[in-house]
Amino acid sequence: MSEQVQDHDGHDEGRRDFLYITTGAFAAAIGAAAIWPFIDAWNPSADVLALASTEADLSAIEVGQSVTVVWRGKPVFIRHRTEEEIALANLLPEDLPDPQSDGERVLKPEWLVVVGICTHLGCVPLGQKTDDNRGEYDGWFCPCHGSHYDTSGRIRKGPAPRNLDVPEYAFLTDSSIRVG
Amino acid sequence: MSANSIETGAGGGLVKWIDSRLPIFSYMQKEYGEYPAPRNFNYWWNFGALAMFLLVTMIVTGLWLAMQYTPHVDLAFASVQRIMRDVNSGWFIRLVHVNGASFFFIVVYIHLFRGMYYGSFKAPRELLWMLGVVILLLMMATSFMGYVLPWGQLSFWGATVITNLFSAIPLVGDAVVTWLWGGFTVANPTLNRFYALHFLLPFLIVGVVGLHVVALHVTGSNNPLGIEPKSKQDTVPFHPYYTIKDSFGLGVFLVIFAIVVFFAPDFFSEPENYERADFLKTPEEIVPEWYFLPFFAILRAVPAIWFIEAKLAGVIAMFASIFVLFVLPWLDTAKVRSGKFRPIFRWFFWIFIANVLVLGYVGGKPPNETVFEGIESFDFLALGRITTAWYFIHFLVVLPLLGRFERPLPLPESISAAVLGTQKGGGPVGSGAAAKPMEKA
Repeated sequence: MSEQVQDHDGHDEGRRDFLYITTGAFAAAIGAAAIWPFIDAWNPSADVLALASTEADLSAIEVGQSVTVVWRGKPVFIRHRTEEEIALANLLPEDLPDPQSDGERVLKPEWLVVVGICTHLGCVPLGQKTDDNRGEYDGWFCPCHGSHYDTSGRIRKGPAPRNLDVPEYAFLTDSSIRVG
Repeated sequence: MSANSIETGAGGGLVKWIDSRLPIFSYMQKEYGEYPAPRNFNYWWNFGALAMFLLVTMIVTGLWLAMQYTPHVDLAFASVQRIMRDVNSGWFIRLVHVNGASFFFIVVYIHLFRGMYYGSFKAPRELLWMLGVVILLLMMATSFMGYVLPWGQLSFWGATVITNLFSAIPLVGDAVVTWLWGGFTVANPTLNRFYALHFLLPFLIVGVVGLHVVALHVTGSNNPLGIEPKSKQDTVPFHPYYTIKDSFGLGVFLVIFAIVVFFAPDFFSEPENYERADFLKTPEEIVPEWYFLPFFAILRAVPAIWFIEAKLAGVIAMFASIFVLFVLPWLDTAKVRSGKFRPIFRWFFWIFIANVLVLGYVGGKPPNETVFEGIESFDFLALGRITTAWYFIHFLVVLPLLGRFERPLPLPESISAAVLGTQKGGGPVGSGAAAKPMEKA
């Protein structure tokens, strides 16, 4: 008590500082707590998250055929690869922009599952139809800025920085998968 | 805070550079820093700032709701339920918005009654008061249209009943109603236009509030004594004295607001509106939101008068009950502003408040139900008629007569003299009285 600092009006400055700081701290905490719901409200809502996984039936996809399924609003390419395409994918040149072996990118060699969005600027590459331009490596070709992907969905030529993303997926049976 | 940095603090050079080109800092300093406010505000003077806070809160939460809401008759109800269940913190944002509307009216009604008691509408503040009535009208339109958006049963039937009021207009009434609906019932076109207007009107309110504040800062604030500040002794700078007092009031308000939002979020709501709108099924009772109940009671109370049919007469009376506020500065002719020095007015003021509360109570009751058990002939319609009559008698008869015949108490010499208790007379003044002015002397 004897160490109280008093200003010329007899106010206890230590007490006053304490009140200022605690009031300010509480106001800041409440302000932050009030702002958080508004930030959080922009995150994906429960109904959006509920659609976060997609199941796909593979039984109708012939060898050499590709299908596109929608997962989280994005196209996912599922290609039933031919022996030839698998062999091409396993050829691993040394100068890959994003080096990855085919084995790291598939669960079963005949099924390639990749997100069908070019890693450059988000276009959907061509190559799902047999008469599409599949680029120089017989995979996919992005018409926007000319990125060439191979039969493993790896970037081989053009401006894209990464291979096509492989989504998280699992085989539910031999002929069906769940993406996400 | 930024107001202070115009003289001191880091970045003072930049502040001065901006201020000499666009004087926002000196404006803030002048209007919210130094603004000389009477030194004797009591807590009833907090409600303007609270209303401002709620206006901002309603706009921000409303903007966030608009990001998730779908204005279509097939999707609106479900989109509101989605906000409540699926959107992160959507329940919080919506409940703040829904209850914020009720608290906005509580705060604004108190603000308005405060102005009536202390004579804040009297010269030279007539325009300030009238702009306030414009804000009230805009708020009513906004809240009515907002209530339609969730597309519940009461949304739909409330919209139907209120828009049908305009059918009372002679000759063109039905055409006007069809025009308002954009069809032959309240339907999707109605919902779309109400949504667009519900989004727009709050920004008009912001504009009128801006004028309200400009008008306030021209005439200066009234105060519990109702006498003008005469010297520097009578005022204090707005900051820090009233910024801190408003902040404290805001804190108290937020505690009450949070209790309702978190623990009684349906306190003001009608459960009926959680049922989706059905144009084939009118609910047994259509009750407007509580803040419209007194006006609803007036609408139902008025019978046919001479050649005017009851429907039209009720609509006229309801609109008149608000428009009479516009001319209040000329109806209340008393020279003394504050009810503190008007011994008879004070009684009539509280009778008026009680009368409005009874009107609100009547508005929420079926008209043909009896008020007291055992007295069959006295139903809520009769009570509504008496209270409606008194509402208008208060404005049109009592106030003008009081101005002529009431003998006010002697006014204190100055605000500082009254507050510091250095002067006798002027009734029960002194610091104690200034703190509890609503207490009857």
